[in-house]
Amino acid sequence: MGEILVLVDHVDGAVRKPTLELLTLARRIGEPSAVFLGKGADAATETLGRYGAQKVYVVDAAEVDDYLVVPKADALAQIAESASPAAILVPSSADGREIGARVAVRLGSGLITDAVDVVAGENGPETEQSVFAATYQVRAHVTKGTPIITVKPNAATPEEAPATPAVEAVSVTFSAAATGTKIVATAAREKSDRPELTEADIVVSGGRGVNGAENFVVIERVADALGAAVGASRAAVDAGWYPHSHQVGQTGTQVSPQLYIAAGISGAIQHRAGMQTSKTIVAVNKDEDAPIFDLVDYGVVGDLFKVMPQLEEEINKRK
Amino acid sequence: MKIVVCVKYVPDATADRGFNEDGTTDRESVDSLLSELDEYAIEQALQIVESGVEAEITYLTVGPDDAREALRKALAMGGDKAIHVSDDDIQGSDALGTSLILAKAIEKAGFDLVVCGMASTDGAMGVLPAMIAERLGVPQVTYLDEVSVEGGVVKGRREGDVASETVEASLPAVISVTDRTGEARFPSFKGIMAAKKKPVEELDLDDLEIDSDEVGLSASWSTVDAATARPARTKGEVVTDEGEGGVQLAAFLAAKKFI
Repeated sequence: MGEILVLVDHVDGAVRKPTLELLTLARRIGEPSAVFLGKGADAATETLGRYGAQKVYVVDAAEVDDYLVVPKADALAQIAESASPAAILVPSSADGREIGARVAVRLGSGLITDAVDVVAGENGPETEQSVFAATYQVRAHVTKGTPIITVKPNAATPEEAPATPAVEAVSVTFSAAATGTKIVATAAREKSDRPELTEADIVVSGGRGVNGAENFVVIERVADALGAAVGASRAAVDAGWYPHSHQVGQTGTQVSPQLYIAAGISGAIQHRAGMQTSKTIVAVNKDEDAPIFDLVDYGVVGDLFKVMPQLEEEINKRK
Repeated sequence: MKIVVCVKYVPDATADRGFNEDGTTDRESVDSLLSELDEYAIEQALQIVESGVEAEITYLTVGPDDAREALRKALAMGGDKAIHVSDDDIQGSDALGTSLILAKAIEKAGFDLVVCGMASTDGAMGVLPAMIAERLGVPQVTYLDEVSVEGGVVKGRREGDVASETVEASLPAVISVTDRTGEARFPSFKGIMAAKKKPVEELDLDDLEIDSDEVGLSASWSTVDAATARPARTKGEVVTDEGEGGVQLAAFLAAKKFI
């Protein structure tokens, strides 16, 4: 079986869940090797091995943290050139897609973005994508070079397959462009005990009907009762009621949880594009003609300020 | 200085979009328009000029004859001229092919700053700005929520994957801007009239010295094996709250084992 490079998404060595999903998918199509860029490789190696990484390439260079995208693309391209992998899997984050894009140009390889599934096929890895606001499913494969595939969060359930990975430190010759875009300052987003939007099994979102930042607590309380992430529609974010990092939709985060609860959200195409692939969809809205009701497995026509608190109370009662 | 804004003519995102038999996007049965996300790029380019940067704005699009509509709309919002790259051999190009055409056209036009939207509303890959920057060998400053240009440096703020970041690069550079940069202006009547007099240069692959076998569907680096319409979600039960809506909803969630 061919080697599959998996680019590790991490924060100072803490491996994020999408990487574990990528390692799980990589085992279906070959033998996974993790590519770890930045600081904290020691802390990450055990986790990467537990999910099946046979090898961990480590690039510990300041450029990776201080400059945007290009150093990471340099490192991944250089490792790919010497390892000649059968495929490269990258998380579908903003950075991940752009790293994939640059590596594709450099290696002369085909690129598929935002896969929701990857399986072994006759012509190499076969991907599935969800396109046009999730109204179409597309099956595709790469026909030139090393397939580079960016994979959306929640594409697979992480499965352990313990291995003791060989660790290989790689020294990268960075391109002249690597230091072109400097990250001058970073401000960490407020830490929350709630799960991350892209990774959560359940998402509870509020929209225009929430009618004010101070009312979002109604959404948050139901989310906390369910151990869910909190989302918001573009209307709610544009009104300044909830942070942009929580926006669900075409230009925000696209989620695909087991359960999506939309409260006070009408269901414009912009929003549907971000949540339509959720397994179960539930909505509360006072307008019975709201388009969101066309998608629901269960809907309640009513005032969210009455229905949501009652729901919260009932969830806590049933726990 | 020279600013090039890349724009795309796309099938209307609010219509029922679909595919042709060869796996390419169906552009016939749905009306097309300037991609909404590119309006933010146009707006930011205009604001950079209005902030006092002396620059000429050129819009660039690759697409069939009617893609000129997207350029007319952009020119009606402001800016100076446009380039339309059109060639029968371009049809079906993927992002790698399209980025090659755009990069060659940008080089031909000359540039200090290339401004793109964050993604198209049809393909929605969001990879072209990075590919163009890679091909031009210049820095990329992408997914900006705020952008400014001063003294040959482009600065901006972006929501990175785990933190909010302030980034900067020296020109020449490629940037992309999000829908958080601020509402795009509507073309005024005067703007629409003025746009009719602004020059639109027509180029084909020969003009850009690109071989036809480098682009188009046959040169595509990936292939669609099947495109199937997702079955419409079957509408489930919708009840009207008569005082027990929350309890009923909880019962549904419990039956589905979410509680």
